[in-house]
Amino acid sequence: MDLSWSESEQAFRAEARAWLEENLAAWHAEHGGREAIASGDTRTGFAQHLAWERRLHAGGWAAVSWPAAYGGRDASLWEWLIFEEEYYRADAPPRVTQNGIFLLAPTVFEFGTPAQQAHVLPRMTAAEDLWCQGWSEPDAGSDLAAISSRATRVDGGWRLDGQKTWTTRGAFCTHLFGLFRTDPASERHRGLSYLLVPLDTLGVTVRGFGRLDGDEGFAEVFFDDVFLADDAVPGGVLLGDEGEGWRVAMATTGSERGLTLRSPGRFLATAARLIELYRSHPAPRLRERITEAWMRAEAYRLFTLDTVTRLAGGAVMGADSSINKIWWSELDCELHELALELLGPAAEVEGPWSKGWQFSLSGPIYAGTNEIQRNIAAERVLGLPRT
Amino acid sequence: MFFGFDDDQLAFRDAARDLFAKECPPAVVRAAWEAPAGGLDRAVWDRLTEMGVPATLVPADADGLGLDELALVLVLEEAGRAALPHPLVETAAVAAPLVAGGPGPVPGPAGIPDAHGLGMVTTNLGGPHVPCAADADWLLLRDDVSGHLHLVDPAAVVVTPVATVDRGRRAATVDWQPAPASLVTDDPAAVDAAFDRGAFGTAALLLGLAQHMLDLTVAYVGERRQFGAPVGSFQAVKHHLADALKELAFARPAVHRAAHSLATGADTRRRDVSMAKAMASDAARFVGRQALQCHGAIGYTVEHDLHLHLKRTWALAAAWGDAAWHRERVARAIGI
Repeated sequence: MDLSWSESEQAFRAEARAWLEENLAAWHAEHGGREAIASGDTRTGFAQHLAWERRLHAGGWAAVSWPAAYGGRDASLWEWLIFEEEYYRADAPPRVTQNGIFLLAPTVFEFGTPAQQAHVLPRMTAAEDLWCQGWSEPDAGSDLAAISSRATRVDGGWRLDGQKTWTTRGAFCTHLFGLFRTDPASERHRGLSYLLVPLDTLGVTVRGFGRLDGDEGFAEVFFDDVFLADDAVPGGVLLGDEGEGWRVAMATTGSERGLTLRSPGRFLATAARLIELYRSHPAPRLRERITEAWMRAEAYRLFTLDTVTRLAGGAVMGADSSINKIWWSELDCELHELALELLGPAAEVEGPWSKGWQFSLSGPIYAGTNEIQRNIAAERVLGLPRT
Repeated sequence: MFFGFDDDQLAFRDAARDLFAKECPPAVVRAAWEAPAGGLDRAVWDRLTEMGVPATLVPADADGLGLDELALVLVLEEAGRAALPHPLVETAAVAAPLVAGGPGPVPGPAGIPDAHGLGMVTTNLGGPHVPCAADADWLLLRDDVSGHLHLVDPAAVVVTPVATVDRGRRAATVDWQPAPASLVTDDPAAVDAAFDRGAFGTAALLLGLAQHMLDLTVAYVGERRQFGAPVGSFQAVKHHLADALKELAFARPAVHRAAHSLATGADTRRRDVSMAKAMASDAARFVGRQALQCHGAIGYTVEHDLHLHLKRTWALAAAWGDAAWHRERVARAIGI
């Protein structure tokens, strides 16, 4: 065991820290100050955050672990962790491009053709194409295999019909990656295909709606007799093989670049802010719970060091990512709940903690509810019998 | 950065696992429940001694293995899995490095030639109920008045067995009088470090105890059928065990980090040991609770082996500082 960072990793950290400090100040200044920057899940805020994304890209920080050819800097997983720690330590904003970078890109790396990779990936890091996820449907949430949106083969492309919903930032994005039923006779996991859809295609209607916190962070997307040309996305709109959409979508859900490996930096930064809040609003009755929450954030860091050590040694992220997701999502709720308790009557005032609290409540729901994650952990890690 | 173990450390663990599988089946743990005071069977202890385990932390030039806590932690997890009745933490983690060629500023009492000569040691550092007090070759005793540590001959103490819930721990109170000749150390820092090694070692045992209870339960719910199906196919049972897995999986790296902090003499040693003991205590108690619930009535009996691990877990979660005590130490370390 060696818990020290190498000289080059320390230099990487110093470079990231300096860049973030300088560029955050510049970004705040160009929008009239930090307080003038709105939530990235509003129309105004999204535009402001896009400016930040393009700044990240210009500096080569948009997706540090990617190859330089696609806008990354070939960073190791360790450097990725360091960057994330610095990112949240600096209180840099949530990434409005994250659903493309964290959810679609790993699939493009694994299943995309060279032409798809060459077109999609650089435009994604540059925040030129903005991707949202089209998986959930009104009747296919936790039971994702119940997808009924259809894609029918027609001359030169596909005809799309159906509806997607709870699409994060769908109203502000340019493209959707989604699962569609391409074999009308199929059921459940079979006969689905993974398609890339420009949202300005004729017949696509996007309606944004308010999430729990009121921001227009959700959208529903309607497909009404849409013609999706095979080359609507250069390199092709079909990702992976026709009928293999489920396998393509699931193959990378636990990947090292995936959402499930949430960077510990985010929760360590929240825990540090919670401790500061305790110092200004001491409440001895909450001291032990706050200590426990700090330990859980720290344990998440240690668990991640363990995971990255195994990944760096050639292991593959498997179903154990399911307990990971339960851990950080419940931790995030607890950290924010404690902050609200410290704030007392001030907790109801709109502000970073009340906003963060409402956002934290989505954690146990999105990316597979924690109940589904518990099923996965029990069946695939512990080997309990399926129902 | 490498948060893992090297091949030698893993081989040491595997050897210990094999040893416990052969020498410490549940029958040995049950025998420890029944044996009279002073009558603990030593077969498994003798094998551990042949392997050098009690002297893991003793420098090689003092006839020890010259290894550190990163080697010891994995072996202690295995000892926990086996619910080993013998005082391995008290001997290997606490007493041996202090007495036999360890860092203690005061030379140990006469008649302790080397690591092997030390034999089986117990201590009151972890609490008033001293495990295997009537069975040990030496007692490492902290004098409540001075805080000094003494290594005391069993002939010089009065041992009174205590009827604790886990009879396999063979707990007793010890009456004794400190004497200058038995002094091991009067250095508060050395006493503090010895306590931290004990708390850390106990945390490692708790990981192993929890792992075994989880394994037992997973096997059981896969076989036990009700309503025409294995009870492990029901979501309520799955969720109990997924949570047990999660709590254990996140406590483990905390214990491993504490091993590293002890091995490297890190500034954060006390905080890291306390975090490890708090998390391992809570995780093991939680896993034990889920294990008992998922076993149903069949686990709620002394005829089933589950209770051996369950009761050891309760005892060790409370010994060497319980979770709340250690959280208090963490709270001070992080400045709240």
